[in-house]
Amino acid sequence: MSLLAEMNQKALNLGLPITVHFDITYRCNERCVHCYLDHDDHGEMTTAEITNVLEQLADAGVFFLSLSGGEVLMRRDFFEIVERARQMLFNVKVKTNGVMIHAKEAAKLRQLGVEQIQISVYSHRPEVHDAITKLPGSLKRTIQAIRFLKSQGLKVSVANVLMAGNFSDQQGVITLARELGVAYTLDPTITPKMDGDTSTLALRIPGSDLKQIFHNQELVGNVEEFCAPPPAPGDDIMEGYPCSAGHTACYISPYGDVFPCVQFPLPSGNVRRQKFLDIWRHSPQLNEVRSIRARNLPTCSTCAHVGTCTRCPGLAYMEGNMRGPSTADCQKSFQRTGIPSANMLAGSHGGSIGQLIQIRAAG
Amino acid sequence: MAEKYIARSKAIAARMLGGEMMVMSAADSTFFTLNDVASAIWQAADGRTPLSEIVGGRICQEFDVDRERAHRGADRFVEELSQHGILLVSDQPLVESSATLVSQ
Repeated sequence: MSLLAEMNQKALNLGLPITVHFDITYRCNERCVHCYLDHDDHGEMTTAEITNVLEQLADAGVFFLSLSGGEVLMRRDFFEIVERARQMLFNVKVKTNGVMIHAKEAAKLRQLGVEQIQISVYSHRPEVHDAITKLPGSLKRTIQAIRFLKSQGLKVSVANVLMAGNFSDQQGVITLARELGVAYTLDPTITPKMDGDTSTLALRIPGSDLKQIFHNQELVGNVEEFCAPPPAPGDDIMEGYPCSAGHTACYISPYGDVFPCVQFPLPSGNVRRQKFLDIWRHSPQLNEVRSIRARNLPTCSTCAHVGTCTRCPGLAYMEGNMRGPSTADCQKSFQRTGIPSANMLAGSHGGSIGQLIQIRAAG
Repeated sequence: MAEKYIARSKAIAARMLGGEMMVMSAADSTFFTLNDVASAIWQAADGRTPLSEIVGGRICQEFDVDRERAHRGADRFVEELSQHGILLVSDQPLVESSATLVSQ
């Protein structure tokens, strides 16, 4: 077991939040077609409020801090927030579109000791990338930002969200990332919007394209191993929990709302009204999430994929039941192995999207 | 032998987790967990207190270890962490730097 895995296990045993994803704004200078956010400002936390939350997170034992949005640089106090976070010795990762990063901003990020910067790139072709972001010239500016960041010696990764409209450019983005000397990560997950609008789901790539990804050696390594039929689950699998959401990780919105994960919009408390540790330890919602084991999942516990599925409880929640299947992950398991999930065999195509209340006015 | 002064670098991420200090170097992303003795040296690395005083005064008393053995262990620990830019070492007291978290 790696030191990092040991640390995660220890945090799990101690019930500590080791990772927090903190969206400091939902405002953005791009209008990506697949984005799940509302970009209006409903009353973001102030610099002082965010500093106070960071202090609480440090006291609670949080080590990995992802600052994201929206576009983080839309906040005028962004560098002040990063500086405070680094003074509190968080391992800081920044997610950005890079459009507002020039030489000066890149140098500042380096000076502050940011661990990693993740930048969204949808295509190597401006006409495709810019059509997704709806910001003319955005690819050019994003690539310039990556070069500025690299010139500072910063660790940069490209996040390539795959949709039907940019699927065929995936290899081009891999080549671009290689030319820029940065890591490449792929994400085929498109989620409903926060207000429950499911129109974005139409952008998802079809199953046949997923299959192509899962059988691409360059992306998955050993294809035979990656796509092997799932082994029979043992007791350890059935007693296991699905992911780190609510166990060692959580998400905080710009309005102070706390959720198990950015992709799990179950309101669990608000740091404007409660202490973070009180929410973490005593929120009935987080405790419910923590109580779920694979054996408790009505459909998935009987599924051949139960031990290897990437089932996202947040996506399942958005389909109406956090203990239910996440049909997007059923598809992934099926396309990876060719073996249908229990949910697919039962003929279910997913329930309705429950009302999502992630965005709340301050107060 | 020349006195050594040690100070915690600001180019790191660090947090106490269940009695152990987790430290990650921003320079090379090396990850360490420090045991209780190493954590105590780390906490005492203020740049002003000589290493010999940290070991002789705090470590030997707090952990009931032989002075010579403690010094050898501390020297190894300091050398390893300084190689990854996690501890700064000097033969002069190290003055607190400004808000700059990574050297230019």
